[in-house]
Amino acid sequence: MRATHRPISDLVSALLSALLIGSFSPIPASAQETAKAGVRLAAAPKPAKGEGDKCVAPTEWMRRYHMTVLDHQRDKTVHTGVRAGPFDLKGCIACHVVEGSDGRAVTVADPKHFCRTCHDYAAVKVDCFECHASRPQEEQKSSHRSDEHDIAELAGYLKGKAP
Amino acid sequence: MSRCGIGNSTDCACSGGSSSPVDTARRLFLKSATAFTTVALAPNVTLMAFAEAHAAAQPRGEPVTAKQRWGLLIDLSKCADDCNECVSACSRENGWKADGNSRTDARWIRKVTIKNNKTGATRSLPVMCQHCASPPCVDVCPTGASFKRADGIVLVDKHICIGCRYCMMACPYQARSFIHETLEDQKPHAPRGKGTVESCTLCVHRIDAGETPACVEACVAAGHKAMIFGDLNDPASEISQRVAQFPTHQIRADLGLDTGVRYQNL
Repeated sequence: MRATHRPISDLVSALLSALLIGSFSPIPASAQETAKAGVRLAAAPKPAKGEGDKCVAPTEWMRRYHMTVLDHQRDKTVHTGVRAGPFDLKGCIACHVVEGSDGRAVTVADPKHFCRTCHDYAAVKVDCFECHASRPQEEQKSSHRSDEHDIAELAGYLKGKAP
Repeated sequence: MSRCGIGNSTDCACSGGSSSPVDTARRLFLKSATAFTTVALAPNVTLMAFAEAHAAAQPRGEPVTAKQRWGLLIDLSKCADDCNECVSACSRENGWKADGNSRTDARWIRKVTIKNNKTGATRSLPVMCQHCASPPCVDVCPTGASFKRADGIVLVDKHICIGCRYCMMACPYQARSFIHETLEDQKPHAPRGKGTVESCTLCVHRIDAGETPACVEACVAAGHKAMIFGDLNDPASEISQRVAQFPTHQIRADLGLDTGVRYQNL
């Protein structure tokens, strides 16, 4: 007899607990309830569009796999010197520029930065920019000084050498 | 040469009995990696013949191979004592700054003055990573972050560097430094960040683009032409011909590291 009673009592308690959980659950059943309860969901991020016509791969695919391909490209670049490729970070940064109020490209310190818009939303920390530049280099030839600068510096050097 | 203060840690390049299994594994890996790239590049042999005007660099987009061994020859008779152009060019190119704290400053390249105590003769020489063929920094690295590229350039893969600084201690040239502070606005072609070790990359980004290192360019621009960059494996290159023609020195040649940076008139 006891054996038949037990399942029934278990079922009752399960039903009761389901009802209780249902009524006190913090997960809203509908958007109306959300509004009533005053719970606000964060707005979905709207990352800035890149400069080109389209990304190097479909957007949905890039959202999911960008880190995999970036990692692959970085190993090729660092270890074998292959710098050409669609998935280099420098290329991403050059294309996905967000201008700040001063007209310059924003760095990752700004919440409007392309990478940060999604990463802040998803609460995923980006380590890349501890070492890498988070905005394009402003004057591309800065590493190669202008001829005028060379001549001026050479002249200065020679003047210093003169007796 | 030990009196010049460049380093006297002869025991750094040793390979103790306990470390031999690790070394073997790494060497096997490097060997297989080299073999792979050589096979993959066999069709490009003809391409290389036409690339001579371009310092015989690997075509862009192709993995580097052991066909090249990049090196520097520095003629100290042409290197002016008071000239610092190579150092400042390196700093500009790679975005590092020295703030005068010798214990923590970035040390990609520096001018060292050596003196013969008997004769009083002095020489001023730029010292940077010597890009050894058997680099002690690679031997000691516990993560494989310190590595030698197929074309002989010794680099730090900062993605896997844990900042232990073993390589800094192993380097007999004191050519590596550690980044102690958070950095901002690095150069896109020269990523550098807190917690990693760095050193001269021989301007690897420029070499891959067929250019010469910034220090060499600056030396030419300053009118000294004391530095020559080129392929030590190519007998036709200027550097190989100079090395064959004149007596040149490797710093601490006694360590048998076979450095890629050679000095003339030392």
